[in-house]
Amino acid sequence: MSGHSQYTPKSGFAKWLERRLPIISFVYDSFVAYPTPKNLNYMWTFGAILSFMLVAQIITGIVLAMHYTPETTLAFDSVEKIMRDVNWGWALRYAHANGASMFFLAVYIHIARGLYYGSYKEPREVLWILGVVIFMVMMATGFLGYVLPWGQMSFWAATVITNLFSALPVVGPSITTWLLGDYAVGNATLNRFFALHYLLPFIIVAIVALHVWALHVTGQGNPDGVEVKDVKKETVPFTPYATLKDGYAIGAFLVLYAWMTFFVPNYLGHPDNYIEANPLVTPPHIVPEWYFLPFYAILRAIPSKLIGVIALFLSILILAALPWLDTSKVKSGSYRPQFRKAYWAFIATCVGLGYLGSQPAEGAFLWIARILTFYYFFHFVCILPWLSRHEKTEPVPESIEAAVNGRGVSHA
Amino acid sequence: MAAGCPMLDLRPGKEQTPMKASFRLMTLAVAALAMVAVTTPAARAGASHEEEKPERHEWSFAGVFGRFDKGQLRRGFKVYKEVCSTCHSIKMLAFRNLGQPGGPELSEKEVADLAASYKVKDGPNDTGEYFERTARPSDRFPPPFANEQAARAAMSGAYPPDMSVLVKARGYHRGFPGFLFDGLPGFSYQEHGADYIVSLLKGYKDAPEDFKVPDGQYYNVYMIGRRIGMPPPLSDGAVTYDDGAPQTVDQYAKDVTAFMAWVAEPSLVSRKKIGLGVISFLIVFAGLLYFTKRKIWSNVAH
Ligand code: HEC
Ligand code: HEM
Repeated sequence: MSGHSQYTPKSGFAKWLERRLPIISFVYDSFVAYPTPKNLNYMWTFGAILSFMLVAQIITGIVLAMHYTPETTLAFDSVEKIMRDVNWGWALRYAHANGASMFFLAVYIHIARGLYYGSYKEPREVLWILGVVIFMVMMATGFLGYVLPWGQMSFWAATVITNLFSALPVVGPSITTWLLGDYAVGNATLNRFFALHYLLPFIIVAIVALHVWALHVTGQGNPDGVEVKDVKKETVPFTPYATLKDGYAIGAFLVLYAWMTFFVPNYLGHPDNYIEANPLVTPPHIVPEWYFLPFYAILRAIPSKLIGVIALFLSILILAALPWLDTSKVKSGSYRPQFRKAYWAFIATCVGLGYLGSQPAEGAFLWIARILTFYYFFHFVCILPWLSRHEKTEPVPESIEAAVNGRGVSHA
Repeated sequence: MAAGCPMLDLRPGKEQTPMKASFRLMTLAVAALAMVAVTTPAARAGASHEEEKPERHEWSFAGVFGRFDKGQLRRGFKVYKEVCSTCHSIKMLAFRNLGQPGGPELSEKEVADLAASYKVKDGPNDTGEYFERTARPSDRFPPPFANEQAARAAMSGAYPPDMSVLVKARGYHRGFPGFLFDGLPGFSYQEHGADYIVSLLKGYKDAPEDFKVPDGQYYNVYMIGRRIGMPPPLSDGAVTYDDGAPQTVDQYAKDVTAFMAWVAEPSLVSRKKIGLGVISFLIVFAGLLYFTKRKIWSNVAH
């Protein structure tokens, strides 16, 4: 995308098109000739896996939408009809429901990769922030989708989450009513949630395009955290090198995805969502999908509803501030011994919060959730800035070439 | 994070930094969390009004090669039809489904005869009247009550839930760390709902003296709060089996639950069969990609 194209049109038609819309050279430069650092590890395949999952969700989703009915008295049965009477309907529905989980699994690994290798640092701040925006729109999409099958958890999750907005002073209740289209979750809500659930994935596609654009301007980072100096020596062309590595990674990821879809399709779901929504019966424990649990734990850890909601949003938004919180010149965690410990402590905190989000917010659970919530923010606002100033980092290799040579040849 | 990790080093005299202090706080929190996670299920089970954990049973449809047992589905259907159907609807089941491959596989004639023994509501006809007619194989099972209110009125306020997806709508908490294994190949356990329902059907006991069971309710150790509005539906010998299977509550409970599991997911067997094919293909496919990738990268140090 930057500099001159590597592509020379050969056929007459390609030459004709090139002068009018240089789309072939665009694709060629982005996915064939595009130089990728040769020291990337498998953590760098999750971008491709995510792109695959986005397409998979859109395709299964569009076909589901052809059979689904967004009306409160029909929605639950229409999903069961998909499972029973639509050809391959059960496969589509399980693939879409588990696809959402696999999508989030991949995005969490992708983000964790960025946190470890300092992918958010100069010059990739905009790339990183676009990623945080994608993550937020994904969360909205996942939440809206979970409401559609109109089971008990669908209904009560929608009630709990939209209720959060009513914590805002003065305007809160009107905002909630405006979001719901009614005074309570009902048919108007289901209709608009379906419309938005159909819309948002395409907005994600657009932001992904910007994300990839930004990526192709700055180039990929790499596990050693030193920028490419010699494109000839230190990079390989995207095709065939990255294409095949990504292809293999997608294949391996698909094995897991297929296992979930075909053998344990309800493992990540909640039995209550096979009970049709009933506004008069509140389930004993309302729990969101697993991928929201850490954030749900943060929300409930704080006694004031308003501050809880603010903490919930901040816990995601704070990611966008990372480039200015962690200012260490050394990018990669591989050369930052103390950062590495802080990193794993942070990951453990997130997993711990996830577990707590699935448990009742009471007694010891609540207190541990409070400590971990505190630590979650402490990591960002104290530990990272402190480390940036005081950490004794290890010597960083001079170049990618030096890093690779220092490691000896590997063929993994 | 294991032993030897400096984060856990609480020896005095070590350099103190705010970072270390906060690590320690976090470590303590994680350790406490692990303790709470491991000990609470045990502590809870001790409470007397808390329901018991269902027993695990062998199911022919469990596991990677799981298949429904046709004989069992037929017996289970008989139990449903003769006992449960007086109270529970099963609105997503059509008569014709009973003849489909992978299910009880009744013959075409059996399905037609069965349908003919039911009446369903239809209409309006040309004169605008609603009328009753003999059911056809394409009709769904008519419900025992006209609506929820009618059912509640007849059942002292309790509502017998529809059975179409009931097996998937029930489960129980396995606790930590059991739930982690339930999703793994080789350990996978997805029959929580079926195990709960069999246990429930066999779970009627005499209430302890200090436990008050309100009128119209029954003591059942597997139901939340140990009170259920369903009278014990099964008794030995209540349903006649013609294939020689034991006519006991245990057998009835298992058979009817297997039948309910099939109704909840008629596609289960094709799902598992196709899944095996898909996964085998993907493993070979990913393997081929891996070796191609290795070959291509073999001349690049990385
Ligand atoms: C006399 C009417 C009646 C009959 C016959 C009956 N049930 Fe029920 N059943 C009920 C009622 C009422 C409830 C609701 C109980 C409650 O909510 O307390 C119920 C609830 C249930 C539940 C759900 C329990 C839960 O976890 O909420 C299951 C499972 C069940 N019945 C299975 C069966 C099976 C299997 C049969 C046939 C062998 C059967 N029932 C026969 C009336 C009946
Ligand atoms: C970003 C990608 C997407 C994500 C993360 C996502 C997520 C989800 C989730 C979690 C559910 C609930 C599944 C369940 O428990 O049954 C769902 C349902 C649904 N989604 Fe999506 N979805 C995405 C894209 C789409 C698209 C593009 C469409 C349509 C064009 C779509 C249409 C539907 C429909 C019709 C349902 C209801 C049927 C059902 O519950 O299975 N989805 N989605």
